[in-house]
Amino acid sequence: MNNISTRPGADGAATEGAVVRLCDASMGDAGTILEVRAESHSTAHGVGVEELQRRLLEFGFVEGARIEVIHEGAFGRDPIAVRLDDMRVALRRRDAEDVLVLLDKR
Amino acid sequence: MNQTLSPARVALVGNPNSGKTALFNALTGARQKVANYAGVTVERKEGVVTSPAGRQLMVLDLPGTYSLRARSPDEAVTRDAVLGRLAGEVPPEIVICVADATNLRLVLRLAMELKQVGRPMVLALNMYDIAQRQGLRIDLEGLSREIGAPIVTTVATRKRGIEDLLAQVDALVEAGHLAGENVWREPNAAEIRQAHAEAQRIVRTYVRPPEHPDTWTGRIDSVLLHPVAGLAILFGLLFLMFQAVFTWAGPAMDAIEALFGWLGAAVAQYIPNELLQSLVADGLIAGVGSVLVFLPQILILFFFIILLEDLGYMARAAFLMDKIMGGAGLHGRAFIPLLSSFACAIPGIMSTRVIDSKPDRITTILVAPLMTCSARIPVYTLIIGAFIPNTQVWGLFSLQGLVMFGLYATGIVSALVVSFITRRIFWRSTVEPFLMELPTYKLPEPKSVLRNLLVRAQIFINRAGRIILPMMILIWVLSTFPYPPEGAAGPAIDYSFAGIIGNFIQPLLAPIGFNWQMSIALIPGMAAREVAVATLGTVYAVGDAENNIGALATTLSQHWSVATGLSFLTWYIFAPQCAPTLGVVKRETNSWVWPTVMFVYMVALAYIASFIVYRTAVALGGG
Ligand SMILES: Nc1nc2c(ncn2[C@@H]2O[C@H](COP(=O)(O)OP(=O)(O)O)[C@@H](O)[C@H]2O)c(=O)[nH]1
Ligand SMILES: [Mg+2]
Repeated sequence: MNNISTRPGADGAATEGAVVRLCDASMGDAGTILEVRAESHSTAHGVGVEELQRRLLEFGFVEGARIEVIHEGAFGRDPIAVRLDDMRVALRRRDAEDVLVLLDKR
Repeated sequence: MNQTLSPARVALVGNPNSGKTALFNALTGARQKVANYAGVTVERKEGVVTSPAGRQLMVLDLPGTYSLRARSPDEAVTRDAVLGRLAGEVPPEIVICVADATNLRLVLRLAMELKQVGRPMVLALNMYDIAQRQGLRIDLEGLSREIGAPIVTTVATRKRGIEDLLAQVDALVEAGHLAGENVWREPNAAEIRQAHAEAQRIVRTYVRPPEHPDTWTGRIDSVLLHPVAGLAILFGLLFLMFQAVFTWAGPAMDAIEALFGWLGAAVAQYIPNELLQSLVADGLIAGVGSVLVFLPQILILFFFIILLEDLGYMARAAFLMDKIMGGAGLHGRAFIPLLSSFACAIPGIMSTRVIDSKPDRITTILVAPLMTCSARIPVYTLIIGAFIPNTQVWGLFSLQGLVMFGLYATGIVSALVVSFITRRIFWRSTVEPFLMELPTYKLPEPKSVLRNLLVRAQIFINRAGRIILPMMILIWVLSTFPYPPEGAAGPAIDYSFAGIIGNFIQPLLAPIGFNWQMSIALIPGMAAREVAVATLGTVYAVGDAENNIGALATTLSQHWSVATGLSFLTWYIFAPQCAPTLGVVKRETNSWVWPTVMFVYMVALAYIASFIVYRTAVALGGG
């Protein structure tokens, strides 16, 4: 899993099997969490990547969890709110880089 | 009651918003704030309850957490209390794990961690009313067997299931389960994944999904979290709040004012001694009255805050504000501390403990006093009443309300600017991750809203009694003695200690248009901001005793120029006129550096801003 396709096509229609980083997902994108990594190259977090990974896992961002982007902030579409299995979680896009989502077929 | 039963300690542990505080209140009857935002319980709260068997139980309400692997000072308290690592604290014999029955997955992982600690545990499935309404089916026996702990269903807000819960605690104590071996250690990523899978399996096996899942939260959020409508509603709400503070409170304030006027006159009749009469009527009754008159406004402000917290709106507000605050270098979690600071900076600063990283936390602490606290309301209302005409703008809003809104807005904007600069000066480092659960909306329980409001009223009245009353006596003494010499020309107060001190520091403040009455009001005003109003009331009442003027506002509009009035308002936006706040900053940061930084930057801001406002107003003809 080293090549992560960016969302295909200008029309934004995702096909089944498309994998996006959660930080790049848009409103309405739904799918299953494929992987939660500890490799973020963004230095924007005040904590290490391992720590960020553990925090994400603790909130329920685990492999296999159902996820859907349900809200986006007004400025730069950030932060986002996701439906994660049966709860709602808000997070910033830059903290969502390491969450890989396998999108459903539309 | 059986006297031979030994007391036991019980700790409430659970995710944020699971109802720990509500359960704590139901158990102990203690009055405490109940809110619907992740992490509002910061302080350690303890209460006592007698179990059905007659045993004394000490109940401890701990801050909400998702894991014993603590990240913030707040969560560290929970971990250390459970592990018995807190200095001077006896570890609890029994742990009550509080779960939101409608959201079990995350709490089950926490329950597994708690089991590793080895203390006997009861699982309280709270919010069972909501679970039942949704038609959620839980196999209680199976679940209990699986996690190896007895289960009790509760509805904390209606005090249902409390007896059962206490009986289970009794049974556990009686069974003499000694704490087992503590095998807990910080889980790594693989272990967290494994625990999640286990929790998931348990939920699948023993919980049947709800027949009527909550659909309201999604529908409400589609409006309240809408990028445009949501922000508009948030600002609309804040605006409504401040308009309400001004318009709704009017009649009640008039009534309180009249009451104290009548009281002063009535009491004065029965005091023959002129000096004593002046002390009681001008010093005590007028002084306390001029502060208590703001009780209605403070209650209206808190009414909104409590309602929004219980509703579950605060987490949404934090979501909407995150980008704006993030741009200023503030953490999303700073929203609640800053919002509490609108009531008072002290609880606001104390609740910054929910912020994990030190730079984030100290930045929030430094700007918290710029939020317009309720103690400024008396000062603002007085000056606005005196200098801003009570007219309508666009036939809709009162001009006075608009100015008030402007003062609040100035406080907020300057907080953002100061935070931005602070981060540039002290920490160029980066901000913590922002992860926050958005709880489901709940209808606030009228009784609990009312109870919280009463607590607020009590705190304010206590403050008026304990800080302001002695201060008023001191001010009265200072402004009455010594008497003026025989045949003196000016008013008596010119010759008093108050006059002497005021005239001494006045030259420093002259460039910003302050007279000596204002200068002296600032000194006792350090005890609490609203004391300045009472001081002005006393100083002018004593000085003008013979014609016994009605409203202080009228007096001020006669004695001060508009420029002076505006300058005083500006001063109060920025000045660190609150010694208790500085004391709390010292305690929370454990250093004198930060209170000093705060004091210096706020005085500088206040002086510069007042200078600009005064000079501009004078130039425009307001001198
Ligand atoms: N319907 C219902 N609401 C509850 C129950 N327990 C708590 N609440 C509400 O849930 C919200 C969060 O409760 P709180 O005690 O502050 O949770 P804490 O964060 O765990 O301390 C508050 O608005 C409570 O009024 C319950 O059993 N039933
Ligand atoms: Mg609580």
